[in-house]
Amino acid sequence: MTAIPAFRLLDSEGREHVWPSERARLLVFMHAGCPTCELTLPLVEAAHAAFGAEIDVAVVSQDEDGGRGLREKHGLRATFLDDSALAVSFEAAIDAVPTAVLLAPDGNELARFEGFARADWFELFARMAFRSGRSVPSLDWSQLPELRPGCGSRSNEPDVAARLEANASGSPLRARRIELGESDDPVEFLFDQGLSDGLPVVPPTPERVMRMLAGTRRAAQDVVAAVPPNYAPATVEKIAINAVMAGCKPAFLPVVIAAVEAVCTSEFNMHGVLATTFFPTPVLIVNGPIRARIGMNSGINCLGQGNRANATIGRALQLVVRNLGGGRPGEVDCATLGQPGKLTMCFAENEERSDWEPLHVERGFARDESTVTAFAGGAPTGFIDQLSRDARSLATSYGLVLAAANHPKQYMHGEIVVVVPPEHVDTFKRGGFTKNQVRARIQEVTSRPLRELVRDEVCAEGLPVELLERLGADLRVSKFRTPTDITLVVAGGEAGKFGAYFQGWVSGPLGSLMTTRKIEDQGGLR
Amino acid sequence: MTTILDPTDERVPIRRALAPRHGISTGTVALLDIIKPRGDVLLDRLEERLRERLPGVTFRRYRKPTFTKPAPLDLRRRIAEECGFVIEALAD
Repeated sequence: MTAIPAFRLLDSEGREHVWPSERARLLVFMHAGCPTCELTLPLVEAAHAAFGAEIDVAVVSQDEDGGRGLREKHGLRATFLDDSALAVSFEAAIDAVPTAVLLAPDGNELARFEGFARADWFELFARMAFRSGRSVPSLDWSQLPELRPGCGSRSNEPDVAARLEANASGSPLRARRIELGESDDPVEFLFDQGLSDGLPVVPPTPERVMRMLAGTRRAAQDVVAAVPPNYAPATVEKIAINAVMAGCKPAFLPVVIAAVEAVCTSEFNMHGVLATTFFPTPVLIVNGPIRARIGMNSGINCLGQGNRANATIGRALQLVVRNLGGGRPGEVDCATLGQPGKLTMCFAENEERSDWEPLHVERGFARDESTVTAFAGGAPTGFIDQLSRDARSLATSYGLVLAAANHPKQYMHGEIVVVVPPEHVDTFKRGGFTKNQVRARIQEVTSRPLRELVRDEVCAEGLPVELLERLGADLRVSKFRTPTDITLVVAGGEAGKFGAYFQGWVSGPLGSLMTTRKIEDQGGLR
Repeated sequence: MTTILDPTDERVPIRRALAPRHGISTGTVALLDIIKPRGDVLLDRLEERLRERLPGVTFRRYRKPTFTKPAPLDLRRRIAEECGFVIEALAD
């Protein structure tokens, strides 16, 4: 089997040269500006003169002019083949130039070497002489250096390698290719096709998608999940396409993949989260070493704008649901008002800023594992406690604030996420408060007699009146069904005694449950 | 010329045709309550009015276990077996 693909290349005179052919062939891949290539040229010319009648000898030029300049500069007669498109160099896996490859007519490689080594050429000439029945040309070998390293092949340059890989015969890409007209603006085209969230998206060219796929070790055609509402199969490639559109870097891709896995579970219930008239959307919380590796923000303004990883990971997930799952506002997404988190909502926990166990450890993962946790939450609601100097007072504030989540008379609330800022962390620490003590205080503070919470003539909203008979009017009820429904996450800037909570939706097995997935393939960057 | 990759599931959209209208008011109609607040109030009133106007029609009531998820397959099958039409009450 040959490592040199079949090709049709033009020489400097416009004649077509086809491989494979009936004759043996010596190909020397090179480009101008490489001193070792120029050093090799007299040997190529000598091989052409000595063996050309029996063996085709050619330079495969990676230059834009197809090697015309180099050929004229050195006054050579040897054939120069134009591989300025670099497709043959790429498929032949040329890493460095010069690379000499001697091929038998059946396609077998008889020899291949990179750079310049006098011994390699000496042996090559002996082999060609044997095959052709011609004499080895007389050369003053002592004038040639023993060894010279080559230069990098242009087919390996970062800006062209992804393009070449995307278009090569072994390309992992399978998605439908859309050819845009000369006058089409790709960004406007994507708006017109309804493939944007309302902000400009990055056009997902094959090169960009190839570069994105380098961020994961998973195969491009692996199916990660079925994305509601259409339950479309999300391959790694399709997720990568949407991640490009969102503006992700390749290193973010494993987080996006894990986020897609998390929301496309029966527990998370993305279909319901999308379809409801209420506010929820996936709130993504990232834990573990990957936070630092990809530069996520868990500090100042971490729920806001300005950090590429935070902003684009959440956006990529939303685009997967929109473009792949078919979940668009006004169709399956029937939110009355919606909220800005439906563009993106992703942040990292500041695990190092507190003695508390971070979220992923509480949820059964090791501290050195990276995870993404998806919560069906509303927009963040900020709250203030600038005056509490002891932990109990601060936890009381938390209870008073959270009692009003969704509605002051909507009790038996399910999950909620509370973001605790560093200054509050310090106050809780001074009082020696654990997370469970904060939770218990919240439940204590929010406790109210059932009679105050049922629907009545003053306010029709509230718990069903029938509960009064069943449970008694004096029964004290806490805001949350269980203390563990209250998730405490540490994040935010050093200054400011301001926390925030993400209100929940229909929480529990009949609605949505917080879901965590391990981010599997870290360090997959090539 | 720019080439981009399709970010969608590449399905050709299929438009569903409405069921043919016979102009005959008989058969069984499912009234499906998705259990959103006051959905039952709407269905009660609707059933009352439809019974007055359509004496030849039978009405059967069904409930989803939760409004947050699509109706379970067995419920959909039961409705399909027992009824010719469905009216679903969305309370919003």
